[in-house]
Amino acid sequence: MLPEEIKRFIGKTGNEIIMEVEKGAIRRYADAVGDFNPIYWDEEYAAKSRYGSIIAPPGFFGWPSRWSDWGPNYTSLREELAPVLAKAGYTRALDGGIEYEFFSPVRAGDVLRALPKIVDVYERESKTGTLLFTVTEITYTRRSGELAARARSTLIYR
Amino acid sequence: MKKKLYWEDVKVGSEIPPLPKVATRRMLVKWAGAIGDFNPLHYDDGFAASQGVGKSIVHGQLKRAWLVQLITDWIGEEGVLRKFSCQFRKVDYPRGMRTIIEPEDGETWWCKGRVIGKYIADDEHRIECEVWVENDKNEKTTLGSAVVVLPHKLNNT
Repeated sequence: MLPEEIKRFIGKTGNEIIMEVEKGAIRRYADAVGDFNPIYWDEEYAAKSRYGSIIAPPGFFGWPSRWSDWGPNYTSLREELAPVLAKAGYTRALDGGIEYEFFSPVRAGDVLRALPKIVDVYERESKTGTLLFTVTEITYTRRSGELAARARSTLIYR
Repeated sequence: MKKKLYWEDVKVGSEIPPLPKVATRRMLVKWAGAIGDFNPLHYDDGFAASQGVGKSIVHGQLKRAWLVQLITDWIGEEGVLRKFSCQFRKVDYPRGMRTIIEPEDGETWWCKGRVIGKYIADDEHRIECEVWVENDKNEKTTLGSAVVVLPHKLNNT
């Protein structure tokens, strides 16, 4: 049985993160992936493309947000949850996976608001013992209110 | 300019041109900075051991980004990645560095994919694929799927 203390995190919304999509950050991301598609690198090329400017690779936003975008006073849902999970014996976390839906292209210069929400927490038996899964949904919204993308990230705790 | 990939030209069962990748410690440092993920699991062997994975492991999200590149390289700019998901099934360990930029000899990973569906939905010509990352032992360490929208030749609107 999932302790009540953990259960009450389901549905909890975290603080909003403002993400400025910078050209330099797009290049650093593409470089780290080893992706030299000119649409991320070459302004002239990108200007002539259907997008009209440099775009961000799908899933550029972070994991699913960038810790470095959080700012000095930000507390993530994961950090809030950590001591409660530790009390229940879950101290080790691994990335379980991610699901994305992309609604519109993200261009250099866009500003997105990322809003995280814990949508599920559940336990499951495995060969190595009980595992706990947390599913966090993040919506990335433009200033106009238009949804740019949605991510669902799963962490597995042991 | 790359040739345009049309919906009509994609067959169910066909393979996506594979993409080789080498994960190195250097790459993991770059990725940590680029994605803003400073979890010591990916650079501190002692911490990684305490987490039960032996030593520093490759970021799952880097493998996710490789698979996204597999798709975007294949569909080109006229194609749109609509949905993507993946699960991290096994951990991978990066190669060490021999020089400032060259990795030690070792494992190469292959990003691969296959078309599993083709349909029209929401006025979009969509293709569904399964994708995965394969290690040196031909094990699929990351499994995923993607839905893409491709341009079509029929002008029946």
